[in-house]
Amino acid sequence: MSALGKAAITGVGMSDIGRNTGRPAIIHLAEAADRALARAGLTRADIDGIATYPGKAENSPGMSPLGTGEVRNALGLQTRWHSAVPDGPAQMAPIMVAAMAVLTGQARHVMCFRALTESSSQTAGRRASIAGAGKAQIGGWMGWLAPVGALSASNWAGWMATRYFHEFGMTREHLGMVATGERRFALMNPAAVMQKPLTMDDYLAARTISSPLGLFDCDIPIDGAAVVIVSAPDAARNCRLAPLEIEAMGSALRSQETWDQRADLTTMGAHDAGADMWCRTSLGPRDVDVLGLYDGFSIFVPMWLEALGFCGHGEAKDFIAEGNIGPGGRFPVNTGGGQLSGGRLHGFGLLYEVCLQLWGEAGARQVANARTGVCGMGGGFIAGSMLIRRD
Amino acid sequence: MLPLPELTRENTPFWTAGERGELVIVFCDDCTHAIHPPQLLCPACQSRNVGPRAVPGTGKIYTFTVNHQPWIPGMDVPFVLAVVDVDGAPGVRVTARLAGCDPEDVRIEQGVRIGFAQSGDVWLPHWHLVAGATA
Ligand SMILES: [Zn+2]
Repeated sequence: MSALGKAAITGVGMSDIGRNTGRPAIIHLAEAADRALARAGLTRADIDGIATYPGKAENSPGMSPLGTGEVRNALGLQTRWHSAVPDGPAQMAPIMVAAMAVLTGQARHVMCFRALTESSSQTAGRRASIAGAGKAQIGGWMGWLAPVGALSASNWAGWMATRYFHEFGMTREHLGMVATGERRFALMNPAAVMQKPLTMDDYLAARTISSPLGLFDCDIPIDGAAVVIVSAPDAARNCRLAPLEIEAMGSALRSQETWDQRADLTTMGAHDAGADMWCRTSLGPRDVDVLGLYDGFSIFVPMWLEALGFCGHGEAKDFIAEGNIGPGGRFPVNTGGGQLSGGRLHGFGLLYEVCLQLWGEAGARQVANARTGVCGMGGGFIAGSMLIRRD
Repeated sequence: MLPLPELTRENTPFWTAGERGELVIVFCDDCTHAIHPPQLLCPACQSRNVGPRAVPGTGKIYTFTVNHQPWIPGMDVPFVLAVVDVDGAPGVRVTARLAGCDPEDVRIEQGVRIGFAQSGDVWLPHWHLVAGATA
């Protein structure tokens, strides 16, 4: 990548997210786009590329109601390059391909987006996030899981957590520290969905969803949208804010695309992607000021910490117990409340928050002089990781 | 109602061998690699000379979860989902529904044995804990 310069994030925007907002996806998206453009000091006419993950998807209600076509039409965009990437490094795929697109001259400013209306879909009685539910037959990797009853990602994350607990002596309390820590951050973020304190007692008393995971180990379906603008190096210099350079990306995958065949299920695709990312930079974990780690389920946070080398394999429980990742910690994770307390914007919300931190726009939860951030998206077999920095 | 597997050339032996009470896994006849999920060629040596073979139908619990949430109408909870290391097929795991056991009794490393129930065109496996030590 260095021969071509470095792509940069120049603007981010998030809609007024919420549960059961009743607002259509495209209205959320347009709001997020306006906010991202304003931050970047750009207009719609400057946007000449568009990318999303996974593209419009009908298989799980509200999971991805918008493709690039709907957004191009609604915003009146004329683009030179577009892409929707269902098979890629998790939710980070569009940002990664956008970085490659601007560095190869396909576009100068790419609008990357993610929109979800899972909350409204659930309220309307269509159960979200259960791919294949209601279908008579199912294929692909879900075809090995759903027919025996392993319908929910909480089941797949649950069995990873059981094995991790077994091998390393992690307990529910350690995951409780992740959940309550993210809630403390959420209380400092007016945009977070959850605004009431969460105590360890509340956490431990919640009902089990799929052991050992309980209600507060699972992220919160919402309605909302986020936009991330990725710009070419020369184009980024003319934007309103300091460019956040994409220092390195990782998306290696060294196991099958399944939730049960990876030889060591106390690791994930994240471990492959994380190691690959660090090969591409002279920076290391010690240089990082703020982290955004995929927390669709709380157990992914310790696994991502290990995947990215912030601690060794099996050491995350102690790393967390020592207070490293919560408010005031050396390596604060998901400072906006994460998906557990902020709401599930499928990784985009985590990157959005890291960017706010690097621009000094994170209000009461601002990490002093944050310059370098890392973001890891995905759980199970897919993952993408990205190191970004403000010069 | 849970969805049934969409039958393909690759997976049909796995989902139908239950009629004979057998668990079948695809192996490479040239290098003996066990291939799961089943494929039409061996990922180790690229041989097309692959096919299903019966394995003992026993295994050992690598990990598990107890599902408490009724994700679809009519789903009886709680139930146990295990990831099972399959005996006789090195490196192969299956995601397995445990039947007829108290979730409190399930442990990692426990032995399990397969059984089947017909549902439409397929024979869905379910697994039982094997009394005593590991398989
Ligand atoms: Zn072979």
